[in-house]
Amino acid sequence: MATASVSGSRENELWRRLGEVNDPELDEPITEMGFVERAEMASNGSVDIDFRLPTYWCSPNFAFLMLDGVRKALDQLSWSPAYRVKLHDHMFAEEVNRGMEAGKTFVDIFAELAEDQDLGALRETFRLKAFKRRQEAVLRGFRQHGLTDREILGMDLPAYDVARFETGEAANQKPRYRAALLERFPDRRADAPVFVTWEGQRIPTGALSAHLAELRSVRINMEFNGALCRGLKQTRYKELGVVDGEPTLVDFIMDRVPPRAAPTV
Amino acid sequence: MFITPEGKEIFVVDGHTHFWDGSPENQKNIHGKQFIECFYAYHTGLSPKEQLWEKSKFEKYSADDLYRDLFVNGPDDVAIVQSTYLKDFYKNGFNTIERNAEVAKRYPERFIVNGAFDPRDGEKALEYIHFLKETYDVKGVKMYTAEWNGASKGWKLTDPDAYKCFELCDKLGIRNIHVHKGPTIIPLSKDAFDVHDVDHAATDFQNLNWIVEHCGLPRLDDFCWIATQETNVYGGLAVALPFIHSRPRYFGEVIAELLFWIGPEKILFGSDYAIWTPRWLVEKFWAYQIPEDIAAERGVQLTDEIKEKILGLNAARLYNIDIEAKKAALASSPFSIAAE
Repeated sequence: MATASVSGSRENELWRRLGEVNDPELDEPITEMGFVERAEMASNGSVDIDFRLPTYWCSPNFAFLMLDGVRKALDQLSWSPAYRVKLHDHMFAEEVNRGMEAGKTFVDIFAELAEDQDLGALRETFRLKAFKRRQEAVLRGFRQHGLTDREILGMDLPAYDVARFETGEAANQKPRYRAALLERFPDRRADAPVFVTWEGQRIPTGALSAHLAELRSVRINMEFNGALCRGLKQTRYKELGVVDGEPTLVDFIMDRVPPRAAPTV
Repeated sequence: MFITPEGKEIFVVDGHTHFWDGSPENQKNIHGKQFIECFYAYHTGLSPKEQLWEKSKFEKYSADDLYRDLFVNGPDDVAIVQSTYLKDFYKNGFNTIERNAEVAKRYPERFIVNGAFDPRDGEKALEYIHFLKETYDVKGVKMYTAEWNGASKGWKLTDPDAYKCFELCDKLGIRNIHVHKGPTIIPLSKDAFDVHDVDHAATDFQNLNWIVEHCGLPRLDDFCWIATQETNVYGGLAVALPFIHSRPRYFGEVIAELLFWIGPEKILFGSDYAIWTPRWLVEKFWAYQIPEDIAAERGVQLTDEIKEKILGLNAARLYNIDIEAKKAALASSPFSIAAE
């Protein structure tokens, strides 16, 4: 049926776009983190999104960055639908929802609490962290594959594109690092080395281990957040019940899930 | 006391425990409800499944539960019980010093009761510090910089009012300042887990020991940098340690970084009870080895000697616990039979 396939392909497009929005702090897609609790399309094409973070206390600036990302993703949909995005169970849910609906910026929403600063610097910090985390995964992947430090650091983009990882973090991060590299250095030469510092410096062969140690510390922090967020999200979304499928566990987990509509203070 | 599989006795100081009341009856508003929900999510998210508690027990457990979990079923010799008031969220406070002092009195020799104050209370905070010293003779305090207070949604260690409080702590000999670096909320546009205020405070108050709970994670690199520069900055393992179960390799990376940067003398064990119970944490920690490739890269090892320091010797030094005297006192305590 024509309508069914149109709505099916639109739904694919919707999830694909949403999947391009990252949690800025974790550099992981919000769809994989399970933050998009519901994304529904009405028969007229309009879109309805429910968004929920792992805790009531998640930083409002991160929440805003993600929702802003969602807003931009929805603006790119090919059928230009009307949409509604709603943040649930968050300490600033009301302010954020009202502001988002009015198309306000972060500073407009939180004029007092944000101290008149824009999120630009914060966004830049997150871009840097994402660049480093992705780079570390790919560098370690190449090392594990037995490439020498000299071979790795001499690699240009065509060689990079030919290389393949079967599975694992390196496979996952390889296209993501490529995207981060091109975003960071749009005018780079095709034969320039693929692995450079965030500042664009070459990494001397003897310095790769030290460079990796620095990248590792960036990842440790991001992974901490990621692991916590996943753990907290699972319990908040009562997914823990499926672990080993023990009903006793399910019973009391079911009992603790916060009500959908927060009671008034 | 933890007995290793080889039969060695390890003295355990649990650097971070709580005796809270997060029950619905005590919740003042939605924030109180969400606060204990969040703790419970930490508990369910990182505990082995056989260690999970029911929600109602987690919200409010008894003094007997606390004693049994730490000292009878658990390996703790001494526990530092922290105070966290959260009076904007809980009618009678979440975990006040009165509540802690009562349980400490009930089980002598077992607890070190730490106080808490809020520098934003100004003069009243100073009066309260005097009260804490005179009434409870506190040796330490817990600072919760993310605590709400009226319109304020957080504070920094470097605030002028906070400095006045630390000057007084120094004067009164309250030397151990435990700092929980939760997400400070204001200003909202900033990175929410900044630990740099510890750097300034530790430089300006050299007589005080600054124990940064969960090692400043998720800002481990910043924390390591600060703790390497400042001889009086320590890292508490609460929250980082439970990863030993769910993500052991990741825990290896964290502990290797800590050993590499700040060394074995400045890391303190803490269960964060009742979020986690100490027994499984200590057992797994004792059995743990850093994966070889990580240990080799950082050139560190987690030896038995280092584990013993982390589990008790380091905290004993900070709190002037005479270990032999403490062992003797515990052996003659009326509760020692229950503990064996």
